[in-house]
Amino acid sequence: MTYRIELKNVSKSFGEVQALRGVDFQLGQNEVVGLLGDNGAGKSTLIKILTGYHQPTTGEIYFNGKKVDNLTVPKARRLGVETVYQERALAELQTLWRNIFLGRELSNFLGVMDIKRMKEETYHLMTQSMGFTSSAVTPDSPIQTFSGGEKQGVAIVRALYFDADIIVLDEPTMGLSLKETRKLLNFVHGIRAAGKSAVFIDHNIFHVYSVADRVVVIDRGQVAGEFRCADITLDDLMDKMYQIAETGSFDGDTIQGDSQQ
Amino acid sequence: MSTMSEIEAVQPYEEHFSLAKFARANGTQLGILCVFILLWTIFIVSAPDTFLSPQIYYAFMSTIPFFAIMAMPLTVAVIAGEMDLSFTSIMAIGMVAFIMAHNATNSVLLAFVAALLTGLFAGFMNGVIVVQFGIPSLVATIGTQFFWRGAVLVLSEGRSGSLIYTENSLLHPILVGKIGGVFPMQMVWLLIITIGIWALLNRHRFGAHVYLIGDNENSARLMGVNAGRVRIIVFSLIGIISAFAGVVASLHVTYFWPSLGDGYLLRTLASVFLGGTSVFGGTGTILGTFIGSFIIGAIEAATVAIGLTGFWTQLIYGLIIVASVTMHSYLRRSLK
Repeated sequence: MTYRIELKNVSKSFGEVQALRGVDFQLGQNEVVGLLGDNGAGKSTLIKILTGYHQPTTGEIYFNGKKVDNLTVPKARRLGVETVYQERALAELQTLWRNIFLGRELSNFLGVMDIKRMKEETYHLMTQSMGFTSSAVTPDSPIQTFSGGEKQGVAIVRALYFDADIIVLDEPTMGLSLKETRKLLNFVHGIRAAGKSAVFIDHNIFHVYSVADRVVVIDRGQVAGEFRCADITLDDLMDKMYQIAETGSFDGDTIQGDSQQ
Repeated sequence: MSTMSEIEAVQPYEEHFSLAKFARANGTQLGILCVFILLWTIFIVSAPDTFLSPQIYYAFMSTIPFFAIMAMPLTVAVIAGEMDLSFTSIMAIGMVAFIMAHNATNSVLLAFVAALLTGLFAGFMNGVIVVQFGIPSLVATIGTQFFWRGAVLVLSEGRSGSLIYTENSLLHPILVGKIGGVFPMQMVWLLIITIGIWALLNRHRFGAHVYLIGDNENSARLMGVNAGRVRIIVFSLIGIISAFAGVVASLHVTYFWPSLGDGYLLRTLASVFLGGTSVFGGTGTILGTFIGSFIIGAIEAATVAIGLTGFWTQLIYGLIIVASVTMHSYLRRSLK
């Protein structure tokens, strides 16, 4: 059984600050992994290594069992990773269609863009997936006029459009209304139903527990433990989280190794 | 939300034209166009003899391209959130390379190629300094402006010189000849460069990335845009086109001055900002810059033709620039 992604002994330092220390992380085929941890625990650094934005200081990255060196954002994308970033990664002054196709505009071998097709695809996405029905919103609308939830919708739909195998969601429920949050969680369920994998980061333990197959807890740059959601009740998981916040460790009560369903 | 597989055949997207939408999308361009038409009307009413005869327009088309050509790639840089103050010195160092290459090979064509390559190199170096060493481009290009001007003075030993030999080459009529004896070729080159840069900015992936890094560099980088490479290309583009403008301006008078380019800096910058390009990056248009350069170029002739003394020129420049930039800022806020 090969993992969709596997990190082996990955460390990352920013100057003096060691953000990650010897992290082993696996994402299985058709698995949703929830990442939990306090602010500054290293969750965002970990996913930015998966997406090729940061290069690890030491350690190895495997995609489907094959080692990948010098992972960059375009390379990770070719390997099927799409990301919804915490900071949304949108360009506010630009139009909706430019944001949907940000960084990989449809273009021919000379780099000339197919603007008509990008606008058409954007129109389909916005009417079918984002639920924009107002005639005031067109593919040519600059997104600075959108609400927080709408912007998040753009970031999520963008990740979907490119039909990725691995979808990384960094704090996707931040700033969403209750209704939008429920839609988002349904969407994460949809990822598993479609046979894909996801890494889901959220502060809200209820959200993570309700969608994840497995929870990985990061603390001070290290993996503090992992649990299969099927094996642990929400109450127990919360107790564990309090415990780790106070003491920095579980009492060995973790599962290791194969976490497939 | 749904996955891609659920998205099936839907009605095709059609763009519906509406005046309000058009105005919102093209607000700054329409704004500067109104300023242009207003000024032009004032010029015609105040000095009908001058502004209703073709001669003044041929004169504009002869002199405005020298700086308007450079305003085009500079617009790209400002949209990318960068600034370049060194292009006037690059004009001159390109001409020094031109003269040295001509002295060595006696070929005007090779001299022309040498000028362009020197400009490309100087622009590339600006890009490398900004990207690799992380120096703000405003500061870096103040430095290179002095450096290249200094190089011009050292290499030319401060001497000017005739370029009369270029008149016998094919390059002279191609760059600065007159079609039908009246229509200046430099205007044709301005149009070619304007359309070329417009296409690059609006129809090419590169242009999309320019807007993105000017708008939000962090987002662009998260989404895999190589911001450093885009910047280096932008500065290289300014370099090669400035050297081109230097050759055109020098061949027009068939004379080289080591001070070549002095006096173009503020006019070129003013054309860009008059055209509605935001100093904060992320927005701006080539058409706006094109109109802006003609406003800047026309003011000097117009003040004299209207009957004011030349002393008024700068005061009127200042008024129009401040008024236009204020208008753009207002339009940007109200057209959101």
